[in-house]
Formats: sequence, C-alpha cells, structure tokens
Amino acid sequence: MKSYFARRLLQLIPVLIGMSIVVFSIIHAIPGDPATVILGDHATPEAVVDLKAEMGLDKPIVTQYLSYVKGIVTGDLGTSLRTKKPIMDEAIPYLAATIELMLISMIIAIVVGVNAGILAAWRRASWFDYGAMLIALVGVSVPVFWLGLMEQWVFAEKLGWLPSTGRINAREPVETITGLLLLDTTIQGNWIGFWDALKHLILPGLALGTIPMAIIARITRSSMLEVLNVDYVRTARAKGLSELKILYKHSLKNAFAPVLTIIGMLVGLLLGGAVLTETIFGWPGIGRYIYDAIGSRDYPVIQSGILIVSTIFVFVNLIVDLLYARLDPRIKYR
Amino acid sequence: MRKLLLFMMTILTFSLLLAACNDGNDSGPDSESKKSSEGKEETLIFGRGADSYTMDPQNANEIETWRVTKNIYETLVEYDEETTEVIPKLAKDWDVSEDGKTWTFYLEEGVKFHDGTDFNAEAVVYNFERMMDPKHPARHDGSFSVYRGMFNGFKGDGSSIEEVNAVEENTVEFKLTEPQATFLSNLGMHAFGIISPAALEEYGEKINENAVGTGPFKFVSWKPNDSITLIKNEEYWVPDLPKLGQVIYKVIPDNSARLTALKNGELDIMVSLNPSDLETVEADSNLKVALRSPLNVGYLSINNMKEPFDDPKVRQAINHAVDKQGIADAYFYGLADPVKNMLPSDSWAYNDDIEDYEYDLDKAKELLAEAGYPDGFDLDFTVTANSRIYMQQPTKMVEAMKASFEKVGINVKVVTLEWPTFLEHIRSGEHSIALIGWVGDNGDPDNFLYSTLSKNNAVKGSAQNHTFYVDDEVSDLLMQAKYVIDQEERTEIYKKAQQLIHEDAPMAPLVEVKEAVVTGSYVNGYIPHPTGAENMYEVTME
Repeated sequence: MKSYFARRLLQLIPVLIGMSIVVFSIIHAIPGDPATVILGDHATPEAVVDLKAEMGLDKPIVTQYLSYVKGIVTGDLGTSLRTKKPIMDEAIPYLAATIELMLISMIIAIVVGVNAGILAAWRRASWFDYGAMLIALVGVSVPVFWLGLMEQWVFAEKLGWLPSTGRINAREPVETITGLLLLDTTIQGNWIGFWDALKHLILPGLALGTIPMAIIARITRSSMLEVLNVDYVRTARAKGLSELKILYKHSLKNAFAPVLTIIGMLVGLLLGGAVLTETIFGWPGIGRYIYDAIGSRDYPVIQSGILIVSTIFVFVNLIVDLLYARLDPRIKYR
Repeated sequence: MRKLLLFMMTILTFSLLLAACNDGNDSGPDSESKKSSEGKEETLIFGRGADSYTMDPQNANEIETWRVTKNIYETLVEYDEETTEVIPKLAKDWDVSEDGKTWTFYLEEGVKFHDGTDFNAEAVVYNFERMMDPKHPARHDGSFSVYRGMFNGFKGDGSSIEEVNAVEENTVEFKLTEPQATFLSNLGMHAFGIISPAALEEYGEKINENAVGTGPFKFVSWKPNDSITLIKNEEYWVPDLPKLGQVIYKVIPDNSARLTALKNGELDIMVSLNPSDLETVEADSNLKVALRSPLNVGYLSINNMKEPFDDPKVRQAINHAVDKQGIADAYFYGLADPVKNMLPSDSWAYNDDIEDYEYDLDKAKELLAEAGYPDGFDLDFTVTANSRIYMQQPTKMVEAMKASFEKVGINVKVVTLEWPTFLEHIRSGEHSIALIGWVGDNGDPDNFLYSTLSKNNAVKGSAQNHTFYVDDEVSDLLMQAKYVIDQEERTEIYKKAQQLIHEDAPMAPLVEVKEAVVTGSYVNGYIPHPTGAENMYEVTME
C-alpha cells in the first residue's frame, strides 16, 4: 500500500513535466505578448521593448522554460508579471475560495445526485424515474451562466432571500485564517459570519453543482440498476431486510465505484472550470485568476496556476483510487 | 458511506430549509444595512468589473488602479469635478518663468501623510526623482510608463523635466528642458500622486500592496479580485471631508450580475452598465443614473500603407459609407454622439467648423470609381470581441458597417481577434481596417492627436498611430503645438491640423461615448469624472 502510494506520487513527476511543457509551448505560441498588454494601448515603442527585456521575454524560449522549471524545483512558483507579486502568495486565497465553493457544490451534487439516482433505479420506470432523469438531462444541458443569472434574478433580485455576489457581506468582513470562510467563522465562533458566508455560497454552489449533480444522478441510476438485479439483493429481500438497508448498505456499496470515479473527474472540472460561475458571482477563485492571466498574457501565472490545479486534480484522483480499496476489499494495491 | 451520506443530507436539508424560511429580514436592500451600526459612519460599496493591478499609482497605467489610488493619493494639481480643467490641489498656487522652462509650485502647509510624516517640497522631489531617475533607490524595477510617455523619457534619456528642487520647506521648482504646453495637465494625472517617502523606504517594493498618501481615505486592506477597503482619513487637511466613513471597491466582473447586486443592496454604486439596461434602470425609482462625460473617441483605423487605402479618395469613400448616427443609436442607446474629429467634441481645440463626411453611399461609390475601383474590392475588417467604452458589441457594430460597405461594392471579411492579439495585429500594421478607439489620459488635445496621428508614433510593431498616416505638415503642427503655452495660439494650430487631417481622411472618427454609472437613489454628491477616476470625498448616503 505504502509503496503503491509512493509509486503513484513518483508517477506525478512525468505527468507534471509533460503538462508544463505543453502549457508552456501553447501559451508562448499564441500571439500577443505581456509587455504590450501590461503597458496598455498607450504604450510607446521603447517602453514595450524595455519591459520585454526586463521580464526576460527577449531570451530564447528554451532558456525561459529552463529558468521557469528551475524556479518550480526550488519551490518558487514565480512572480506575476502583471501585479509583480509572488504567485504562491497570490494563489492561496484564490485557491481557498475555489475549494470552498467546490466542496459545497460537490456536497450538493453528491447528496442530491446519488439519492436521486438511487430512487430512480429503485422505482424504475416510475414517474419519479422519468422526472428525475428528465431534470438530469436538463441539468447537464443548461449553460452555467444562464442558470447563474436566473438564480440571481429570482433569489436575489425578485425574492431578496440571498445575496447575489461575493463571498461575504463586504460591510461586515470576516477575519481570514485558512481562507475557507465557513471554517474560519466556526473557529472564531462568529455564527453571524458563518451564516452570511453560507448564504453567499448557496447560489454559486447550486449553479456550479448542477451539472455534476445531473451526471452523478445518471451514473448512480445505471450502476444501481445493474446491482439491484443480482442474487444477493434478492437474498437480502428474502431475508426480510428493510428496503433502506438493502439500497444504501448492500446495493450502493457495490454500485458506488463508477460514481466515485466520476466524482474524482468532476473535482478537476470544478477546480479549473469554474470560471463562468466565478465571473457571474464575483467569486475571487483560481479559475478567474488563471483566466484573467490568459487575457493579459501573464505567463508565469498561467503556468503555475495550471500546475497547481492539475497537481490537486492528480491528488484527488489518487485518493479516489485508494478509496476503491476501501469500498471493494477484492481490490488490492501493490 | 451511508452514515456519511445521511449526515450530508441532513446538513443540506437544514441549510435549504433555513434559506427558504428566511423571511427577508436579514437580506435584501435593508439587511446589508448602509449603516453598520449606530453612530458609525457610512460605508459605501463601489462595484466595478475588474480589480486593481497595484496600489502604486506611479507604476500603473490603467484606470481600475487609479480609481482607488485617486482617493488615497493626491497630485500637485488636479482636474475640476466634471472637466479636465486644471485646479490647485497639493499645490495651492504656481508661477511659470518667462521662458516657460521653470515652474514654481507653492504647496499647501500642514499637510501630513497617513503615516504621520510631513508632506513638503522634499517629498515632492523624492517622488519625482523616483519616477525620473532609473537609479533611484525606491525604483523597485518599475516601468513608470506614464511618466515616460508624458515627459518623453527618463533622466539622461530625454526627460523633459530636467530637475526638481526644493526651494523652501513648501516651495518646489521644476526645471524643464524646453517649454511644455501640456506640463500642468500632465501633473494632474492620477499617475503622479505623491507617495510618502517614509513609506517608500519602509515598504520597499511592497508599496504595490500598501498605500500611504495624503488623500481623504486611508488604505485598509486588499483582497485580490474581491475587494479593496479604504477608511476615512480623520486628519484630512481639507476640513469636513471626507463625508463617508468607508469606501469598499468590489469586483463583480459580469455587468448584469453587478446590476443585480446593486438592486439587491449589495452595492451602492456600479460602473459600466450595459447600455441596453439603461432604460430599465432609468425606470427604477430606487436607482439613479450619472453620466460620465466622454473622454474617448471610437474610430476606424484605416491602414494608409496598404493598397487601396494609400489613396485618399478610397479613405474618403470609407468615411462616406459609415453611418455614425445609426451606429450611435443602435448600439449605445443614447450614450454616444457622432464626432467629426479625433477629439471629444467638448475639447477646447475641437474644430467644429469642419463639415463632416455625411452618410452617402452614392458619394462613396463615386469616389471609389474616381479612385479606380468602380467595382469595389475585397477587405479584411479586423475587430476584437471585447467591448470597450467606445465600442459596445464591437462585432455587431462591424456587421452593421459591413452591410453598408457591401452596398458600395466593398466585400468585407470580418476578422475577429482576442484583445492582446488584436492590439499586436494593428500595431504592426497587419490590418486593413480595424475598429478601435482612444481613451484620453488628461484631456489635452495633444494626448489624442499627437498620439494617434503623428508620424513619430507610426513605428511598425508598437504604433499608436496605427493608421500609419505620415504627413509632414500635420506632424510638424502637432509637434509645434507641444511647445506653445498660449492656449489660443495652440487652438489655432490644432484646428488647422484637424482640417488637414479631415481632408486626408486617414481614419474615420465615429463616436464619443458617455458612460452610465448607476447609484442607489440615496447616494448624493457622486460626480463621475471624464478620466474615469473621481474623488469620493463629497459623496454622502441618506
């Protein structure tokens, strides 16, 4: 087990190197350069040339890549060309904001999605099944920005129940410790702040969680359908076990592996792909950080940002793999 | 697994229930109360689309940074509330020598920086040395691009400010290499805010995330891409100001979401309203609209180097084929007006005697025939999808122009590029025609005309004059106007230049655009400034 874990960690190295080369070459291949963007449309020719030299952009691409890798190896993610701040310092609050949002949307997606899938499989071909699967289909197809704007319009503008943007009421700021506001307010015992942070999470969490929720519901349903027809389920029924126990204890456990795989993939999707949600809800997350960096050709931020996100993604999937073994004792990692 | 799921489900059910039971007492416009508590002063939340880059105004070159620093840092002179006319600020008075090369400023006395140190002539000298001297200890590898652009370079490399001296405790003297007509207007630019020298030494390069000035508000905190908080400077040198207790600048990138947040009471002011939302906002009694006077011109950059645009007749034909009024009406909802010159129409130098090229397709066809293109030609029309103040829905604007062009036989292929690529494309002269604009920095005609039409700025690769219009007479006039201090004389020069430019038609000026800024109906005293950054000290909330 331990050696498996170590091996998987070692595998991470070629993955990250390969990815950094791909990202590096692509962003340097697209036209437009950071000096031009940073200096704005009023830049003088000399200023652009000078700034390029200052940023090291006049050096050969290979030299630039090697100096970037050298930085990474020594634990230095580089400095943003745009803000001139160390990326490590900049990225952490963004990452915390994204992780908090991602956790909430995954909780919503898993709780609703898994249960809807189970019920749909259990009452196969019932009105609930058709209804849930129709909603799931719509859920996968609805564009996030539309859903987000509609949520804001209904719950913030018309009903006035929930705040439409941001992480916290700006007039009542919360002191940050970990950057996860729900955790921070709990540590401080600031329940008003906790409630406020939670309210700010609901709309973006729902918008971001809808697609994963729909996918999870569909996967759970089909996976459960297979399991519900096998012998041990019939035996369990014959034994007189309650349906709840049969569904959640005996069937779900065996049907959960594919769902878990999908959850692992979705985490990656939510980490880097939350740009639209973060934009609409004014959420200061890592997706927007990288997206803005692309707009201004802030090469180090794009590179390191993607590196951070993909490292987390690889770790999450490693954890998912390890969870398989817990879920199914037949799986052994060597 | 089941336990975990049940636990999660319980939590979710609870939170959803609580949200649903919420009777609106603690959310919505009343809850995010404007007064945080009894006796405390008010907090205003200002919603905008993008975050600041830095807290160091001298090292910035974009408006989002200056929107904030404008209220922390002050300049020697500044612009009047609604125009770019120069008025005193940290300098209460000034003289200029006979030869126009020595400027003496008499500073306000008793002004202190937020860190308690004194503002005086030495502080001014320190700040300008920092900007002009590449070897200055507080330089922090900055690009100081505004200083460089406005004063022609750094020390030893063309800087038009030769030296800055502290004559007395509160008297400072600027020595110029030659008379500079734009000197005072330049000094009022947001980039030349005076930073506490003690803070520059204390924070070093971290001055980009810490701000210590003399202004009405003090810097408190900056959560990147989220919010910047400023608090009232209790010791502000102008009595009874500022009126607000706190100002928070909040980033909400999406224009529609920002409007929703304003309606929901999460914001008190929002900039960059979608022009199409103007009508609904005006109908809403809880909201007010303030218009920012235009300091911009949207235009068609015609590449004068390329065939067939090297022929003035073809360029004039293009001018005749553009329906400026139609574009203003269709895409700007009353916020835009057609312009005849490469200047905002309320500029003192605007030549209103010029008769504009009217929208006349027959005339355009005639001119094309005269130029030898009776059947028209093929044309790449370059555009970026990113909206800017002077071009709303730019791709649609281009589609509208394309329809007119095709009526006179010009076959248009629209090329859409992303903003950085677009800029590079037109600066290196790869375009034929592009939709672009210019946003003024200080309201001086030099800033518009010299930048975009002088031959000195038509260098391939980084051209600001990306029409590549190279006309010696016009360039000489624009250069000459830089050194004439007398405004009437300058006006004459600029009017003549505009006439010549009009005849040569190197570009097609389209529209100048006002920005709609929306505030809650309870916000008073907010006046949007043409430069894009305004003082918040007179603002109140009732």
